Amino acid sequence: MNLVAWIYFPARLAWRQLIFDRTKLIAATCGVLFACVLVFMQQGFRDALYASAASAPVKLNGDLFLMHKQSEAMWRPVRFKRSELMRALGHPAVAEVYPLYLGLAPFKNIETRSKRTLMVYGFDPDSLIFGIEEIKNKRTALRLKDTVLFDEYSRPEFGPMRQLLEAGRNVTEVNDYKITVIGFFRLGVSFAADGNIVTSDLNFMRIFPDRTRNDIDLGVIKLYAGASIKQVQTELISQLNEFVNIFTYDELLQNEKNYWANMAPIGFIFGFGTVMGLVVGLVIVYQILFTDITNHRHEFATLKAMGYEHGYFIRVVFASAFFLAILGFIPGYLFSLGLYHLAESQIFMPMPMTFTKAVTVFLFILSMCMTAGFLAIHKLKAANPADMF
Amino acid sequence: MSHVIDVHDLNFSFGSGALTQPVLKNVTISIQKGEIVLMTGPSGSGKTTFLTIIGGLRQAYHGSVRVLEQELINSSEQVKVSIRQQIGYIFQQHNLLKSLTAQQNVSMALEMQNSMTEQQRLDHAAEMLRAVGLGARLNYKPDQLSAGQCQRVSIARALVGQPKIVLADEPTASLDKQSGHEAVTILERLAKESKTTILLVTHDYRILDMADRIVELEDGVIKEK
Repeated sequence: MNLVAWIYFPARLAWRQLIFDRTKLIAATCGVLFACVLVFMQQGFRDALYASAASAPVKLNGDLFLMHKQSEAMWRPVRFKRSELMRALGHPAVAEVYPLYLGLAPFKNIETRSKRTLMVYGFDPDSLIFGIEEIKNKRTALRLKDTVLFDEYSRPEFGPMRQLLEAGRNVTEVNDYKITVIGFFRLGVSFAADGNIVTSDLNFMRIFPDRTRNDIDLGVIKLYAGASIKQVQTELISQLNEFVNIFTYDELLQNEKNYWANMAPIGFIFGFGTVMGLVVGLVIVYQILFTDITNHRHEFATLKAMGYEHGYFIRVVFASAFFLAILGFIPGYLFSLGLYHLAESQIFMPMPMTFTKAVTVFLFILSMCMTAGFLAIHKLKAANPADMF
Repeated sequence: MSHVIDVHDLNFSFGSGALTQPVLKNVTISIQKGEIVLMTGPSGSGKTTFLTIIGGLRQAYHGSVRVLEQELINSSEQVKVSIRQQIGYIFQQHNLLKSLTAQQNVSMALEMQNSMTEQQRLDHAAEMLRAVGLGARLNYKPDQLSAGQCQRVSIARALVGQPKIVLADEPTASLDKQSGHEAVTILERLAKESKTTILLVTHDYRILDMADRIVELEDGVIKEK
C-alpha cells in the first residue's frame, strides 16, 4: 500500500466525519482555541516579563558591568564602594568607568497627588552610558539642579505627564523632594518598577539624602576599541575583589532574565500556567475524540467487518486530532494576536508575536492533540464487529 | 473443490468454566459456488454467531471452517482480514457511514483495492447504485434516504467489490414488507448474475422462495429441510 493512500484515506474519512457534525466541530475547535489562547498569553506574558526585565540593561552602553555578588538583580542591588570600580581603571585596556546609582522612590502624581514607586537612575550625564537619544540630547539640561527626565512608557498612573508638561505643570516630588521634569525618554516598565526617571548623579544624592557618591549600585566599564572583552573580563576578575561580579553585556541580560525566570516565582507561575492550559486542552480534546470514537464505533465496526485493519482507525483518530489542532490554532493565533496588541496598548508591556513563538505554541498544541489521540485510541477496542452484530 | 464454504464439526461456546454456554454443536454444512442458502431458526439459536465465524469476525477454536480455501479455526488476524475483504457483509441495520454520501459509502468497500484510481472507485460505486435502483441518489446522505433505500445502498456496498460470498444477517428485519421484498429481490438478481454465493440468515418467511436451499439452525444444531 503506498504511503499517500495509507494516510490520505483515513485522513479523508476523519475530515468528512468532522465536518459532518458542525455543532460538535465548533465546540471542539473552541476547546483547542481556548487552550491555544491560554498558552499564547502565558508565553506572551512570560516573554514580556523577560524583555521588560532586561529593558534597562538593553539600553546601557558599556562593555563590562560590575555588580556586587550579592545582588540578585538590578532592581534590588547591593551597594559596593566606588573605589572598587576605579581599580578597574588600572587595566590598560579600560578607557572609562562610570558608576550607576539605582533607587526605588515614590513619585507624586501631579494631578491626583497620589504616590507610586518608580525606579530612579542616577549617572553622570556626560558619560553617555544610556544609549537613548533623548537622554543624550538633554545631557546639558540634566546638569542643572533638581532636574529629571521622565520615561514616557511609564504606567499612566503617574499622570499624563506630556500634557501636564505642555501646560507648564512640571514640578512634583520624588521621595518627598521637589524636582522639575524637563523632558522625556523611552525605556519601558518592568515587573520591578512601574516607571522610570533618570537624573544626574548629583541630583540623585539630593533625592536620596542617605546615599553617597561612594556607594554605587552598578559600574559600567568602557574599553578601548579593539580590546578583547572576554580577555579583559578574565584579567579583571583576577585583579578585583571577590565580592564583585564582572559581566559582559550578554551576561548581564542573562542574569536579569534568570532572576525573573528562576529566582522570582513569576517565571514558574507562567510555566505552570502554560502547562495547565495544555492539560485543560488535553482533557477537552481527549473527551472530544473519545466521544467521537464511541459515536462512530458502529461505523468503525462495519468497516472492520469489510476488511479494514485496526491501524486504519488509529490513523483516523490521529488525523482527527491533527485537524483539530490546525482548526483550533488558526483562530487561536488570530485571537491571541488581537490580545497581544491589546496588552501592548493597555498595560504597556512589550508583547511581540514572533514567528518562533507561533511555531512553539503550535508544536505545543499539536503534541497536546496527539497525546489526546494517543490516549483515546484504546477506546477503538470497543469497535469489535463480533460484539456489535 | 467447488465448495466455497465447508464447515465440519464446528463447536462454539460463550463463557468459560461452569458458565460455558454452547452455541454451536457439531455444525457441518457445505455451500457451493453460486448457491443461495437461507438459514432460519428461532432467535438465540446461534445463527448470527455462525455467520460472524464464517465472515472472519469471530474466532472459533474447535472443528474445521474452510472459507474460500482458507482455514478459519485458530487463524491469524491477517487471514481473517483477508477473508473479510473477499466477503460482502449485509447487516440487520444498514450500518452506513452517516457522514458519507451513498456513493462514498459504496466506494469505501473499494478503498482497499490499490489497483483502482479514485475515479474508478466512484464510477463502480455509481454503477452499482444504479443497479440497485438508486442512480438518482448518489449524493444523498443516509439521513436523507429511507430505511429501504439505505439497505439497498448497503447491498450495493456488499456487492461492489464482486465478492465470491455475501453474508446477510436478517437484512429485511428493519424494513417493511414492500421494501424488504425489493431489497431481497435485487440481492437475488445481482447474485445470480455474478454467480455469487449467498448465505442469508432470516426470520422472514416471505422471502424463503428465493432460496436454493433452506437450512434450519435450532439450539446449535443444523437441520436440512
